[in-house]
Amino acid sequence: MAQVKINDLLITGDQTYASIDNSVGRLVLDQKIHKKPWFIMFAIGILGTGLLGVSIAWLLFQGIGIWGNNVPSAWGFDIINFVWWIGIGHAGTLISAILLLLRQQWRNSINRFAEAMTIFAVMCAGLYPLLHTGRPWNAYWLFPYTNILAMWPQFRSPLMWDVFAVSTYFSVSAVFWFVGLIPDFATLRDKSTNRIGKVIFAILSMGWRGSNQHWHRYEQMYLLLAGLSTPLVLSVHSIVSFDFAVSIVPGWNVTVFPPYFVAGAVFAGFAMVITFALPIRKLYKLEHLITDRHMDWMAKILLATGLIVFYGYILEIFFSWYSGNFYEYKLLINTRFTGPYSWAYWMLIFCNGIVPQLFWIQKFRVNPVSLMIVCQAVSVGMWLERFVIIPMSLTNNYLPSSDKMYYPSFWDFAMFLGTMGLFIFLMFLFIRFLPIINIFEVKDLLFKMGGKREIVEEATPAEVK
Amino acid sequence: MAHDFSDPKGPYAHVAEFETPEHLMEAADAARRAGFTKMDAYSPFPIHGLSEAIGFRDTKVPWTVFSFGLIGATVGYTLQWYTSVFDYPMNVGGRPLNSIPAFFPIMYESTILFAAFSAAIGMFVYNRLPKPYHPIFNAKNFERASQDRFFLALEVVDPKFDASTFEKISKESGALEVSEVEL
Repeated sequence: MAQVKINDLLITGDQTYASIDNSVGRLVLDQKIHKKPWFIMFAIGILGTGLLGVSIAWLLFQGIGIWGNNVPSAWGFDIINFVWWIGIGHAGTLISAILLLLRQQWRNSINRFAEAMTIFAVMCAGLYPLLHTGRPWNAYWLFPYTNILAMWPQFRSPLMWDVFAVSTYFSVSAVFWFVGLIPDFATLRDKSTNRIGKVIFAILSMGWRGSNQHWHRYEQMYLLLAGLSTPLVLSVHSIVSFDFAVSIVPGWNVTVFPPYFVAGAVFAGFAMVITFALPIRKLYKLEHLITDRHMDWMAKILLATGLIVFYGYILEIFFSWYSGNFYEYKLLINTRFTGPYSWAYWMLIFCNGIVPQLFWIQKFRVNPVSLMIVCQAVSVGMWLERFVIIPMSLTNNYLPSSDKMYYPSFWDFAMFLGTMGLFIFLMFLFIRFLPIINIFEVKDLLFKMGGKREIVEEATPAEVK
Repeated sequence: MAHDFSDPKGPYAHVAEFETPEHLMEAADAARRAGFTKMDAYSPFPIHGLSEAIGFRDTKVPWTVFSFGLIGATVGYTLQWYTSVFDYPMNVGGRPLNSIPAFFPIMYESTILFAAFSAAIGMFVYNRLPKPYHPIFNAKNFERASQDRFFLALEVVDPKFDASTFEKISKESGALEVSEVEL
């Protein structure tokens, strides 16, 4: 196979500790570096957030009747988007925790960024079930607290598990992110030339001084957090899949759901990481830290998880026949393969099953255009996957008399676009005000590469710059 | 023996500045061999093996996390048992009141929640952070300890404190400069 010349090193050029500080720190310390593209994206983010605000206000005023949800399809865009967003978040934890445990040092330059994505995606995700309750001001009823009715939540329900899983996931991810930022805040504090910056970063760094004793405990904590986040992220999406798998709706009652949902989450998440990493590394000239090597490896993970997801689709087809269950079989033939929503099913197979196969060829794994096209296809495909699972199973159920089409309303789309706006808004604030690459871990990588550069080159036959 | 903070002009430590982690490691190792114990190193990123070179060992964080993980599991299970079996028993589809498999996910999540928070909070508590002021910040060039320089400090409270030996060891390992830091 033709090998394209790609840069094999994780950090390229003649870098020193100081040059890494400068290339990452300047994004925060030199505010003039943020020019027109930043403002355009920020404006898009603000407009989207405004749209979200308007749709939430109208929703609270009118009630969830403004959505397309109906009976039997009581779950619609709200749950599709919830699962979609939370899946996107999972790549961040995978990169920061699982790759840390596997000692994949290349994660060092993309983990901060991916963790931020996790937090913002979970914020977008959390909005949906909250608003789907209809009376979000009573959301605290979901938590076990002593009340005057002497009632407790129903702990045998997967929806209750979801409340605990998602809230734990959000808080643990936020803690992981914040403690990861502390040494970088100290660097920014010491590099900052103006008084306001110094004071703000001094407070945020909590007086971090890089003492060996501190690093010792810090490393222990970081490794333990990674070890705890790894089963956490697997459990969160498994529990999300239990929302479906524990029920008896055709197409939902499948034991393959937990692993298949987790793989799908990583698949969608990596697509989103690449979607944001490509333009940002170009815009802020970070190609020496987020290299083609990173893109190549992320694309490989995308391909691998994509194949697991595709295997899940094949299993679904197999089991709807093998189960001998008439309703499972009817769902497959009458709703998925044919019928009014079959376009969504075939689009899903195309986007998630066919398009990512381009990544078998190395050229497509490093070319920004092909990466972008595949990642967008994957994002659409993973959204369609949840569409196929949720309304398609609900609209065609056991009783033909209760069959009813599901049509999303204007407000469904407005809110979906709104959460995308909120995500862009938060991401671009993050790019401007926090270090988007983990400075101390990249320095650590540079230090280790200093001794191992030759081995790195020998181990890979591809041409090295 | 503690620092005498009543005299704000007293010495705190002698600090050697290095250009690379290797030099710092070498100096830390030599200083530990010379019998110094009240030492600390400062670096912009964690250096593996430095704790051993300095002679620092600590396992409080892992034990805290383990204990809080157990507490979390207990709290998670007890909460569900108390509410579903004892305080508000309700027959749901004929399942036993104490439905252990159904209680597992929340027990699991609360284990992780408690353990993760205890890891982060434990790290701060044992490291005595946040601490806005520390005498080491007075060291010359210390703003580079978070950027690209590596420091080794020998505190004056060390029972074997000897400025000239420390300076000799540091210089032999490649220190750029050795200076005194005031409280």
